[in-house]
Amino acid sequence: MLALSTEHLMLVLISTACAVAIGIPLGVLLTRRAALKRPVLALAGILQTVPSLALFGLLIPLPFIGGIGARTAIVALVLYALLPVIRNTVTGIEGVDRSVREAAVAMGMTDRQVLWQVELPLASSVILAGVRVATVISVGVATVAAAIGAGGLGTYIFRGLRMNDNTLILAGALPAAVMALAADWLIGLLESRLAVGRRRGAAHGRMFAKRHATLLVLSAAVLVVVIGGVVAFGVWRGSRSSGSSDGSVEADAPFVIGSKDFTEQIVLGELIAQVLEARGLRVERRFELGGNLCHDALVAGQIDAYPEYSGTSLTAILKHAPLTDPRAVYEQVRREYHDRFNLEVSAPLGFSNDFAILVRGDDARRLNLRTVSDAVPHATRWRAGFGQDFRSRPDGYDGFARAYGIRFSGQPREMDLSLSYRALAAGEVDIIAGNSTDGLIAALDLTQLTDDRRYFPPYEAMIVFRRDRFARVPAAREAIASLGGSLSTEEMRRLNYEVDGKKRAARDVVREWLQSEGKR
Amino acid sequence: MSSHSSDAAVLFRNVTYGVPQLAAPILDNLDLVIRRGETLVLLGESGCGKTTTLKLINRLLLPSEGTITVEGKSTTEWDPIRLRRSTGYVIQDAGLFPHFTVERNVALVPQLEGWPAERVRERVREMLSLVGLEPDSFARRYPHELSGGQRQRVGVARALASDPPLLLLDEPFGALDPLTRSSLQKEFRALQRRLGKTAVFVTHDVREALFVGTRVGLMHAGRLVLLDSPEGFMRADEPHARAYRETLKLGDGDADTGNGDRLSGAAERTE
Repeated sequence: MLALSTEHLMLVLISTACAVAIGIPLGVLLTRRAALKRPVLALAGILQTVPSLALFGLLIPLPFIGGIGARTAIVALVLYALLPVIRNTVTGIEGVDRSVREAAVAMGMTDRQVLWQVELPLASSVILAGVRVATVISVGVATVAAAIGAGGLGTYIFRGLRMNDNTLILAGALPAAVMALAADWLIGLLESRLAVGRRRGAAHGRMFAKRHATLLVLSAAVLVVVIGGVVAFGVWRGSRSSGSSDGSVEADAPFVIGSKDFTEQIVLGELIAQVLEARGLRVERRFELGGNLCHDALVAGQIDAYPEYSGTSLTAILKHAPLTDPRAVYEQVRREYHDRFNLEVSAPLGFSNDFAILVRGDDARRLNLRTVSDAVPHATRWRAGFGQDFRSRPDGYDGFARAYGIRFSGQPREMDLSLSYRALAAGEVDIIAGNSTDGLIAALDLTQLTDDRRYFPPYEAMIVFRRDRFARVPAAREAIASLGGSLSTEEMRRLNYEVDGKKRAARDVVREWLQSEGKR
Repeated sequence: MSSHSSDAAVLFRNVTYGVPQLAAPILDNLDLVIRRGETLVLLGESGCGKTTTLKLINRLLLPSEGTITVEGKSTTEWDPIRLRRSTGYVIQDAGLFPHFTVERNVALVPQLEGWPAERVRERVREMLSLVGLEPDSFARRYPHELSGGQRQRVGVARALASDPPLLLLDEPFGALDPLTRSSLQKEFRALQRRLGKTAVFVTHDVREALFVGTRVGLMHAGRLVLLDSPEGFMRADEPHARAYRETLKLGDGDADTGNGDRLSGAAERTE
């Protein structure tokens, strides 16, 4: 937790420092160039309204500032933090008493002298209030940065949400909240000292104290910027070795393996990583990337391989209508990935992560249910609970109900996917749509009904990788090939359960499995 | 013109000043000679152009037409920083820097000019004494710890600190209560007699104008309608001057008055 908190703090410090370094001079410039003020403030305002995950997603494909990892996160955080800094700089400077400014000019101060000796000192508490807001915003938004592999406390929050583990969510959320409060309090303290120094005053030592306070703020700001710069440089150096969009990576650069942000993906990512390592290749793990970031990152050359599902590729990435024949889906995906993205698709790993219609094991045995068709006559007495995903997808509930002519008692309840498992086991609902490889299926004694009308499109697991990167390293191709057909649905369920149910580390679970399979 | 330009501190020649937003110019074809050592009061209502006239002298504004010559050099030729540092400037609410002590406020221009610290400190004490503030008890205070009158004294001290030959005052006592104003007016007049600076003093208060000015310039709608000594002003036939004199007779016609000694001050000067 300490490591992630430090990571989080670093993200916040670096991005706030950058926002200050950019925002204050920009704000000052706006007070000097009236024509720029409106458009720049409007732009900064618009940037702040872009949802954070969307902004991260938009940045991924951009060269230099984009990609996955801390650098992109910092860019996004800076964009968010800019508005309060710029706006408060402008407001603070414009709020300086007109007569004071006029006197300063009339006394023969140069513009620079007016700025440094009059405007900035008098605006300092307002500017600092902007920095304070920016910092608190950054602490919050930085939790989302975990979705693009930038680490930080969001890692816990996302993991906790995925595993429906409140302790984990709190482990991320509480330190983040404490950090936000602490930052707010500390900067607030500095701010009020500045304001007090000006409003109230003992008769002696004030001149020194005042100079001292202004100096203190300035040097603190400089210090933060310098530290931020050094650390950011380190981060940049660190990520440069893996971040190259043209494929001209040095031969000894590590293979960067990505994964999406759910347990099975992490297990599979670990699997790819370990079979590569077993062949003496260096590997860098970039797991738990949200949404379709994996694909974008792969295309942009930020990662070299990640696990994917044929149905997802077909519908979500290639934007085709769902197909039901696994062979046809796989072949089409393979062909189009090659033509459109110059990416290669491995042989199917052997299992599919399809929608699974699940009932309690008791019911299945008592009523002798094997297929979905077997369940149709009983369904009118059953209550159904479905995840949002299943309710809304084109290959989800509506088509399913039509294909089987199935009706339930009342409208199906829409609930969180992981909650629906527990609701089924507890008898609050009688039928749900889960994922066929979910470890909870075995753990909660649930039975999957066979999709006998083959309504659900296949989601065969496979590995997508960069052709050019792997072509030069035969051992790496071999490693990927060795995984073809190696995992059955039952085995994947078990591995998932080891991680989700028994809370074991994916790394250990995968290592054991590889040893038992004699693959390393 | 060149014959008396040697004793002209400031010279306005056909000066017009306008802004695009207004059809009528704020200042319309002004010709004016400000003599070395005189205290010229510009008197007029709000918006008559008197403050604009002042700001044209230290190049806070540049004229739309015509030239303003300060010490024999057009303001457009002056380096504005140099020009302003050799011109004292006092404004209504003093414009003191709230984050500077009295000492630093007064020391401002000498410090900008790079005077040695010791000389700056001496000068500050000298200036504070000059405006009637005990240096030991005031130097380290902040502006918000002073009364309005004290702040204005500091404003005058700051304007005089680098010993500029020219002093510009924009309604310097306008925001003060009548008693404080009256005593500051007296002190200012005494100070002026002693220092002999060239001063341009803007006010809308006719009593103040007659009391502190060696000459009064009456302005109306961007024009200088009368320029005369206070005695001449009291006799002038010009309708606006007559209107101002009416307010003196009524005694309470001007919301800012209510202090009779300024009338006697004007009378005193006419003796």
